[in-house]
Amino acid sequence: MGVEQKLGDMGVLTTTLENVVNWSRTNAMWPMLFGLACCAIEMMAAQASHFDMSRFGMELMRASPRQSDLMIVAGRVSRKMAPVLRRLYDQMPEPKWVIAMGDCASCGGVFNNYAIVQGVDEIVPVDVYVAGCPPRPEALIHGVVTLYEKVKGEKFKDLAVK
Amino acid sequence: MDKKLETIVQALQENFSTTFEEFRGEVHVFVRAENIVDALTLLRDKYDFELLSAMTASDYWPQQSPRFHVIYQLTSLAKNLSVQLRVPLNGDQPRIPTATRVYEVANWRERELLDMFGIEPEGHPDPRRILMPEGTQGYPLRRDFPLGYEEPQFTFNYEEIDLQKPYAKE
Amino acid sequence: MAQIEEVSIEQIKHLVSERALTGETMLLNMGPQHPSTHGVLRLLLELDGETIVNAIPDIGYLHTGIEKNMEAKTYLKAEVMSDRLDYMNTTGNNLAYCMAVEKLVDLDVPERAQSIRVILTELQRIASHLVWVGTFGLDLAAMSMFLYAFREREAILDILELCSGQRMMTTYIRPGGLWRDVPVEFETAVRDFIKMFPKRIDEYEALLTKNPLFLDRLLGIGKLDAATALQYGVTGPTLRASGVNWDLRKARPYCGYEQYDFNIPVRTEGDTYARYIVRIEEFRESLKIVEQALNRLPLGPVHSENRKFVPPPRSEIGVSMEALIHHFKLWTEGFPAPKASVYSAVESPRGELGVYLEGDGSAKPRRVHWRTPSFDNLAVLPKIVKGHLVADLVAILASIDIVLGDIDR
Repeated sequence: MGVEQKLGDMGVLTTTLENVVNWSRTNAMWPMLFGLACCAIEMMAAQASHFDMSRFGMELMRASPRQSDLMIVAGRVSRKMAPVLRRLYDQMPEPKWVIAMGDCASCGGVFNNYAIVQGVDEIVPVDVYVAGCPPRPEALIHGVVTLYEKVKGEKFKDLAVK
Repeated sequence: MDKKLETIVQALQENFSTTFEEFRGEVHVFVRAENIVDALTLLRDKYDFELLSAMTASDYWPQQSPRFHVIYQLTSLAKNLSVQLRVPLNGDQPRIPTATRVYEVANWRERELLDMFGIEPEGHPDPRRILMPEGTQGYPLRRDFPLGYEEPQFTFNYEEIDLQKPYAKE
Repeated sequence: MAQIEEVSIEQIKHLVSERALTGETMLLNMGPQHPSTHGVLRLLLELDGETIVNAIPDIGYLHTGIEKNMEAKTYLKAEVMSDRLDYMNTTGNNLAYCMAVEKLVDLDVPERAQSIRVILTELQRIASHLVWVGTFGLDLAAMSMFLYAFREREAILDILELCSGQRMMTTYIRPGGLWRDVPVEFETAVRDFIKMFPKRIDEYEALLTKNPLFLDRLLGIGKLDAATALQYGVTGPTLRASGVNWDLRKARPYCGYEQYDFNIPVRTEGDTYARYIVRIEEFRESLKIVEQALNRLPLGPVHSENRKFVPPPRSEIGVSMEALIHHFKLWTEGFPAPKASVYSAVESPRGELGVYLEGDGSAKPRRVHWRTPSFDNLAVLPKIVKGHLVADLVAILASIDIVLGDIDR
């Protein structure tokens, strides 16, 4: 396809290192299984055959945080679960990204009370927020593609200071 | 009221001097706290109420006596009947004898009452909190416990709420 | 922010055997984030090698405070939260809540609304059992089952989206009837589903029911006898697989269930395989009910005419003063309920879903308690896993069919 046209007869491609690194990061980003409540069912539906997410590189969901790059927080986070979430986020190796799926993870959703953390960005830094209660699988895929756009625009000098 | 239920309510009245009320076809029997375990045993053994469907409580704050009503919903599968027992409790140091020896399901249900209302089950084999994290102060479902409401962010108060929210930086 | 509390042996000394205190058996944490626990459930296992000596469930990781939050909203606005309890059975939760409200304020529901409620609830039961059979297969490493089940579920979610606009949290069933009438494409869509589905059930049975690996893993595992089940308050397919014939749709019919002709599958063995067979047979029975309800769908209004509780249609507001006042009062204040309490129960795919609703004369409920079936069904788990291996624990936990939103509320 596009790569063969650029190669021509030489078999050599010139690009920047940032482009190659970002391209490889987006093409095989593995999410961690973190389905908590109702949004988890829509995440499973997005992974199943009708709205296949493996077209976008998320072939499988890893249960272990040590082997995943992306944490999709799907569902409401209660006060008892919050330290567990932070510990799992700390166990993920760099580079890592977080998608807050659904209204409860973005801002507390329908539940404005003592038991639910009002927005998971109080605990972990979030890259993409996907709205909906629960968001349609197409909306989740749109969120994932938006994250890919963000990753493709990342520069080394911003990451080096972390 | 169902004729079969009438004999049962009468038996409860004779043994434990209870009162009852009816609403929309349901029968609610008021039992005192010290008699509740005997009443449950009588209903389970003699009248075949095998299933304790629900056990919960209701808070009538600021009224202090009685402040809580503990509600037991019993179902009989063999006769297809159901009856509700209510136990009024006072506000200071509410206690109720445990029903775990009569119905095993009361084990977790009474832990939930302890967690949410602060009603202590006497003689319970495992009195720990079940839903809230250990070390929580207060009992959430009491009426004087605040809801924990967070002010919604509109355009006019966007900045002031933004400054108060504890965002995670890294 | 709070630290994770490490549960020390001191706190659970009374629940584990003495061998744990000397270190002879191992305490293992099957933590809140685990692929096989169907949600955020934490199990503390005391293991002797691979055999389980004790299993202690630790719940509360999804506690949402729904019961307290409903006390702060009017009756109609609180219904929005009821969907999110047992998120596999959303129309069933709405139905349980609306039946309790209608019993409390003594509101009538027309025939057409009852029939459509039955159709949607039975379709939701099929959808819930589909997710169950998909994740059950996934836990036992039959991964294609997951993909087949979710393909069928898309057809049901399309029907729900046709009626209400939302795939899962519909809030389509409201006190007094329904939100609005079903569109014209509803009947064709449901008939297509009825024609397509029986062959798919046969496909699932061909894949799993006589499969020797499946039988090896499930026969004789996790036996639950009827007396223990009733002591622990277990209801639903888990109870019916242990030999007790108790289904609220037959024993205390609601919503017109007495007019439909269907059977209740009951098995006597009480093991994991029996629970699987009961749910597969429930697929066929639910489909029968949907077909009968669709065939005799009566014409008429879809909500009660009692304007004190049900808002009037928008077309009337321009012409009638009373309609305008009713609309205004209902949407700003809500309707008041008497100072009394009711308990009303329906049969959800997991068991008896009951709502204890208490009003206090104002527009907000005083107390809403949800008697959820998964709470009691999970309490029996420590009893039936003793002596089994950890891999059997996964199968038993999947066969009880718990939903953590139900347990923690």
